[in-house]
Amino acid sequence: MKKIVISVCGSTGCLAGGAEDVVRKFKEETGKLGAESVEVKTTGCHGFCERGPLVVVYPERTMYCGVKESDVPEILSAALNGRTLDRLLYTDPTTGKKIQHEYDVPFYTKQRRILLGLNGVIDPTSIDDYISRGGYSALRKALKMSPVEVILEIKKAKLRGRGGAGFPTGLKWELCANAKSDVKYVICNADEGDPGAYQDRSLIEGNPHSVLEGMIIGAHTIGSSQGYVYIRHEYPLALKNLVTAIGQAKERGFLGKGILGSGFDFEVGVKRGGGAFVCGEETALIASIEGRPGEPRQRPPYPTESGLWGKPTLIDNVKTLASVPFIIDKGAEWYSELGTSKSGGTMIFSLVGKVNNSGLVEVPLGMTLREIIYEIGGGAPEGKEVKAVQTGGPSGGVIPRRIFDLPVDYETLAQAGSIMGSGGMIVMDETVCMVDIAKYFLNFTTEESCGKCTTCREGTKRMLEILTRISEGKGKQEDLNTLEELASVISEASMCALGKTAPNPVLTTMKYFREEYEAHIDGKCPAGVCKALIAYSIDEDKCTGCGACAIVCPQKAVIGEKGKKYRIEAEKCIKCGACRDACRFGAVVVT
Amino acid sequence: MQEIDEILDRHGRREDELIAILQDIQDKKNYLPEDALRYVAEGLGTPLSKVYSISTFFRAFSLEPRGRHLIRVCTGTTCHVRGASEILDEVRRSTEIANGQTSGDSDLSLETVNCMGTCALAPVITLDGKYFGKMNRNKIKALLRKMALAKEQ
Repeated sequence: MKKIVISVCGSTGCLAGGAEDVVRKFKEETGKLGAESVEVKTTGCHGFCERGPLVVVYPERTMYCGVKESDVPEILSAALNGRTLDRLLYTDPTTGKKIQHEYDVPFYTKQRRILLGLNGVIDPTSIDDYISRGGYSALRKALKMSPVEVILEIKKAKLRGRGGAGFPTGLKWELCANAKSDVKYVICNADEGDPGAYQDRSLIEGNPHSVLEGMIIGAHTIGSSQGYVYIRHEYPLALKNLVTAIGQAKERGFLGKGILGSGFDFEVGVKRGGGAFVCGEETALIASIEGRPGEPRQRPPYPTESGLWGKPTLIDNVKTLASVPFIIDKGAEWYSELGTSKSGGTMIFSLVGKVNNSGLVEVPLGMTLREIIYEIGGGAPEGKEVKAVQTGGPSGGVIPRRIFDLPVDYETLAQAGSIMGSGGMIVMDETVCMVDIAKYFLNFTTEESCGKCTTCREGTKRMLEILTRISEGKGKQEDLNTLEELASVISEASMCALGKTAPNPVLTTMKYFREEYEAHIDGKCPAGVCKALIAYSIDEDKCTGCGACAIVCPQKAVIGEKGKKYRIEAEKCIKCGACRDACRFGAVVVT
Repeated sequence: MQEIDEILDRHGRREDELIAILQDIQDKKNYLPEDALRYVAEGLGTPLSKVYSISTFFRAFSLEPRGRHLIRVCTGTTCHVRGASEILDEVRRSTEIANGQTSGDSDLSLETVNCMGTCALAPVITLDGKYFGKMNRNKIKALLRKMALAKEQ
């Protein structure tokens, strides 16, 4: 009898949906049946997090969405009898057809899953699973290559830093390899702080060995014997799987003394972040590993010359390091052909926000925003229109729909006023207010600014004050000029990228949605978000007198009797929106 | 202070391990008590001002005792566009606790987080480390009631 493998996504997203109970139930049920031909496996993130918990049954690769504990017996019986359980298959919203195979779901068809290729396939806590799929073969190959050969391969692959800045990785490795020092360090930057980006978490949770393998190859290339992974403390599962992986790699001789019989030694330690956004900046991260507050310092000297404890340090993002084994294994030519003429390979984006198919998508660099948002993401939910997409986190910008034909690349995003960043793509529809978004990001930066540079510490506060004023309808036309002026001073005079790029969300929203700013100055919030500028009322024609609104109102501001028309007392209303959510007839209107 | 000594020893009483030491203390104690900070400064031979500077720079540390239960509301960008502020308002209203505060009976603390990395399930909250996704006003109310954390109105 052929072997059936039931893989359940065990990433943080699916666990939040109850995946743990699903796994337990599958194990219980298979145990009861004595079904030895069935293997139950917990894997990393499949990417289609919106529809989780996800279960994929091999060898057919039948994908079930939104699986609950109670669905388990049916899935199991279907699998054992060679049937599919149609009820839990993905339904294509455009055709209404059920789709059986994971690879036929439109969310996946346009993707090129390289880095995420083994996520959702292997058990991240099993090194054997990784090795059986070709894991650590790139390391074996790299150990036989000279550092110059490895660097040349990475250069030819056109790999660039996936942390967001896009510095050519081969060049960084070369600078570090050429730096003269008896001690050098390798750091994996897993302090994924951009709100809206979670690919590094998923990669470490789902395939930690791929990141370690990249680090070990890096260490061998530059001549380092000690590495660190600096990981966010908000990622407990990633931390756990990483620590397990390091232990296993040591046991098998991929880490430690004389790796794979060579004369090369390398150890990896783990440092937990302290929850400071600025520590994603490399010099702040290094300060934090040294036990100091995470304040950035002036560059040069760059870490490749003087990094951790003043020694040459190679510091790369999770995705950059995880790309390395593929380049070494499959060759630079294969990798570079995946991307554009300037940047090779794929990028993982977290496609989230007001989009139908939320999740992690891996695509070749150069794919257009339109393809990503509409063809993979399926556009905005509830028949609404996508208005814009925010990329690059608090350092990035908002890109309007009218330029969605932009191929996604480091340069094109920069030209549009945004950045690639760590790959967050937050889709916004007509219900999102651009002034509110700008205010949101500035609020974020004022809280996360380390306070070292006056322009960043004080300048962002002044910008936030002005934006708050505008969002309350108290703005003036001159405020827009002051915002631009402050933006230019902050980005010119701040030392690190946090300050330099902090004005981007304001500048891009002002550039592409100036009319929204002007509307606020005129006392209107077109999206109906800014509380000072909106009012709630009840449309008498639609009100059925059910009274649901009055029950939920925390202020008792909805007045009326059952069976008659209700109304809202404006003086008492705190504009919380509870009545609008409770009304099933769309009678609560915001103007 | 025996517990703190163990933590200090585990980190080789090295000053550059200060952040990790404080993380371990917080994991044990739920916050950073003043006497522990003084003991760490002495134990490492480092100025108390430095220990204080680290414990106030990083958001993960708390100098105040936290409640027996901890609710963290994600206010990342995705959660923001999907209505996190309404969720936060509802939690505040139902529990009568302000953001960053602990209830008078030390039962519950409320915090916000920049992003929990579970954006596809936005808006998200965690209660004592367990994730709850796709929250809305009714779901959060029901959860708080179930956990007996809501103040009855």
